[in-house]
Amino acid sequence: MLITKRVEFSASHICRNAQLSDEENRRLFGAAANPHGHGHNYILDVTLQGEPDPVTGMVMDLKELKEILQRDVLDPMDHRFLNHEVPPFDRVIPTAENVAMEIWKRLSRSISGGLAKLYSVRLYETQDLYVEYFGAE
Amino acid sequence: MMLLTRRYYFSASHRLHSAELSEEANTELYGKCNNPYGHGHDYEVEVTVNGPVNRETGRVVDLEELDGLVQQMVTGPMEHRNLNEEVLEFQHLVPTTENLNIIIDRRLRAAWPSAFPESVPSLERVRIYETARNIFETGPFKPNEIQSSR
Repeated sequence: MLITKRVEFSASHICRNAQLSDEENRRLFGAAANPHGHGHNYILDVTLQGEPDPVTGMVMDLKELKEILQRDVLDPMDHRFLNHEVPPFDRVIPTAENVAMEIWKRLSRSISGGLAKLYSVRLYETQDLYVEYFGAE
Repeated sequence: MMLLTRRYYFSASHRLHSAELSEEANTELYGKCNNPYGHGHDYEVEVTVNGPVNRETGRVVDLEELDGLVQQMVTGPMEHRNLNEEVLEFQHLVPTTENLNIIIDRRLRAAWPSAFPESVPSLERVRIYETARNIFETGPFKPNEIQSSR
């Protein structure tokens, strides 16, 4: 069984690689390369896989999941400038792909040992662009 | 595994009518969609790619390249068109959204190597929303041979 919890956060970022020219950055990242940054209302769907606990009927206590998401993702990222305030995005380009991988890394540390395991992280940067990360393997 | 999905839009008209069926059978089968004058939809197409994240760019796919390919193969030729009359594949194929999905999948796969050599990233799936409630999807498999109109 899969269960999904959705949260939202708003943050700003710049997508540019300092080793590339302005022209190459603009071609690769378009308007997202603007050095002053811009923002998105990110939507994050976190999906867990597991069987319902025979006593509680739950794959995972969603209250607990909510607290983990608050601590690992929302507190550090909501209303922040990712490049300036949220490591490792001082050195890793905060594309949707890299933000999803970082969120996976943080959550996989917090969601372990229980019955439920982390299945996927889906991150919508806009309505028309989203990424899904299922872990390294 | 990392998947990236990009959503595209186009509006087009179509008429569902099978040349192999009688008028009555067409009316019975397709109902309002058999209206001889046709009707239209605002289609939404989600194209999903699968690949490694490039270290230099932090991206799975060059979005400009993907947008260009979809524009060239799908939204360019289909935007504000009558699918039955103006899109070659539908001259002898009923433009149900199942068939439209297969045709879009096939067009993208045919042109894929020119945009993405060695299939990095690969085309994972194509999903079409005919309306908010009718949704069709082809996966990372070769679309089956189309059995014309039945």
